[in-house]
Amino acid sequence: MNSEKMTGARIVIETLIEQGVTDVFGYPGGQVLNIYDELYKASDRLNHYLAAHEQGASHAADGYSRVTGKVGVVIATSGPGATNLVTGIATAMLDSIPMVAITGNVPTTLIGKDSFQEINITGITLPITKHNYFVSDVTELADTIREAFQIAKSGRPGPVLIDIPKDVQIAQCEFESKGVVPFAEQGKASESDIDRAVELINKAKRPYIYIGGGAAGEGMTNDIKALAEKIDGYIGCTFMGLSALPNSYDRFLGMQGMHGKYASSMANKEADLIIGVGVRFSDRATGNTAKYCKNAKIIQLDTDLSEINKNIKVDVGIIGDIVDSLSRILKKCEKQSHPEWNDEVNALKAKGKEISDKNEAADEYALTPKKMFDIINAVKDENTVIATDVGQHQMWAAQYTDFERTRRFASSGGLGTMGYGLGAAIGAQIASGDRTVLITGDGSFGMNLNELATAVTYNTPVAIVIMDNGVLGMVRQWQTLFYGKRYSNTVLGRKTDFVKLADAFGLPGELVATPEEFEAAFKRAMTHNGPYLIDAVIGKDEFVLPMLPPGGSIEDMITSKEEASK
Amino acid sequence: MKRFVIAALVENKYGVLTRVSGLFMRKGFNIDSLTVGETDNPEFSRITVTLKGDDYAREQLINQLKKLHNVKNVKLLDEEQTVERELMLVKVKNSPENRSEVMAASEIYRAKVIDYNPETLCVEVTGEPSKINAFINVMQPLGIIELCRTGVVALERGRSIV
Repeated sequence: MNSEKMTGARIVIETLIEQGVTDVFGYPGGQVLNIYDELYKASDRLNHYLAAHEQGASHAADGYSRVTGKVGVVIATSGPGATNLVTGIATAMLDSIPMVAITGNVPTTLIGKDSFQEINITGITLPITKHNYFVSDVTELADTIREAFQIAKSGRPGPVLIDIPKDVQIAQCEFESKGVVPFAEQGKASESDIDRAVELINKAKRPYIYIGGGAAGEGMTNDIKALAEKIDGYIGCTFMGLSALPNSYDRFLGMQGMHGKYASSMANKEADLIIGVGVRFSDRATGNTAKYCKNAKIIQLDTDLSEINKNIKVDVGIIGDIVDSLSRILKKCEKQSHPEWNDEVNALKAKGKEISDKNEAADEYALTPKKMFDIINAVKDENTVIATDVGQHQMWAAQYTDFERTRRFASSGGLGTMGYGLGAAIGAQIASGDRTVLITGDGSFGMNLNELATAVTYNTPVAIVIMDNGVLGMVRQWQTLFYGKRYSNTVLGRKTDFVKLADAFGLPGELVATPEEFEAAFKRAMTHNGPYLIDAVIGKDEFVLPMLPPGGSIEDMITSKEEASK
Repeated sequence: MKRFVIAALVENKYGVLTRVSGLFMRKGFNIDSLTVGETDNPEFSRITVTLKGDDYAREQLINQLKKLHNVKNVKLLDEEQTVERELMLVKVKNSPENRSEVMAASEIYRAKVIDYNPETLCVEVTGEPSKINAFINVMQPLGIIELCRTGVVALERGRSIV
């Protein structure tokens, strides 16, 4: 394509298309009028999805990215438009999700004058972006956008914000299309580090591979499985590592940590070697770091050098492209067999199942979370995307969902953003084209339910399951356990009729209270051509178990309600 | 807690100093001094940071700095092999009683009197931070009115560069 003179606003659109973007989310406003004008003209080449609120648009871009690995794009106007993106950008930052956020701003002549809808969004987002830009010259605009995409997707991914004043959108310059920017080159781990890791692996008798969000991408999971098989080890994951491996894989023990599976958390504790892959040893996954795996050797593979030794002091840190490091370790390490470790882990698995069965049998409510997920797992297929909000329902989704392939889970891990789910589910559905299930709670759903309008407008087949207990369940659980049952502001007692609400927004909805009703409703939701809401009444005193109390370690694990009430 | 000196080569662009100092704030590092100035190549600035901390703080600070997009290179300077300098301007009371003492101390510290006024004297002194501190101690009883320090700038000896 030859060079052509065009406005900054058009350059934004042309550069997005050049970078392979097909869908963007956003909300128009005064300082992005020119960009929206160009979007209008380019509507046959670039789809824009209008959200109900900029925060919803930012979560949609995030959900879009989580299920595809592509860079999610969101556009908002200056001032409140830009500040409404903040929670969405921070959510992406904490979970290392590639995103490009484009904001308009007042003309450069009005910058710094507290002009109408002027805000210093680059200043506000400085700590929650991987990098951000204020573009003051139209000739730098195209390359800035290209660089933003490269930064967002390379190495450890993350969000990048580009703030473009209105006069720069109007100004003109030559533009030449250049094609998709490549990933920035990542360093490779040193041979001596690989050798030190291999030496520890060859000596280990009880190896445990611990995977996180950094291992969620395609291309890594086969090597992780191959490594587990070669060294006769087991695999556990962080919350962010969910859906990287199929739950049916027999060496995979599931999520460990605060609400992790018994077998996974215990295997982590009993292991003599931990191989962390793309994990940050977050407090939620490790419990008390001072007591974490004191007797085990720890190897950590990460592309981000600042993660090595950040939360846990490791024996060998392997910095560099994780795919490369894994395959080199896999090649070099010896084939091993650890029958004792197998027996030990099998016993832990059995114990975990026993605990879970016992808790389920003791559950006094009709529609238990476990029963709901048994139904969801039976009805969904391997491509179904599970999105969640934040709270008890999220942890149940993490514990009980049978994931069958990579990138089928969209949930806010690091930031724990209530109100994330609906926007993310819409974005994930649009990105994947696959049916999406939003697991939410009445608390979280209440935060951003305005996006029902978006789901209806674009007729996105999202099955919304509200696990409705009338309380803020997770906070209530903490109040029950640690605050003497003083339920401060967690009993909602709202009169919201979610079925009528669905009707008002223009989607079908129904109320269910038993497993039979839920099953029938969920099947209807999963075949309905468009969004569908199910208000599922569950018990207000359900617990997420097991639980490691905050600041506690594996030894303090609470496995049953009786134990909790002691 | 050990003292250490870090030099960083950064892009000479709008907002870069905010990015660097913002990082210190959000990671909880309490810095002793920070200096910044353009290098021989106007595209780059050099930042010198001194702070006290343990090995963990030192490693994290360097690794986090390396992640910033505008930071091109970061190096922990070896104190044994590093020349450090700081400049201070100090304004002291000028009176018949203390004038000769200020002048004498300035001569011994190789400082220069750069402003003279019937009521005040302004002295410029350069050296390692310990020398600056010592000079402040000498001036204190003579009546410091105000002072201003640049913070540490540092280069490694020999051919070693950032």
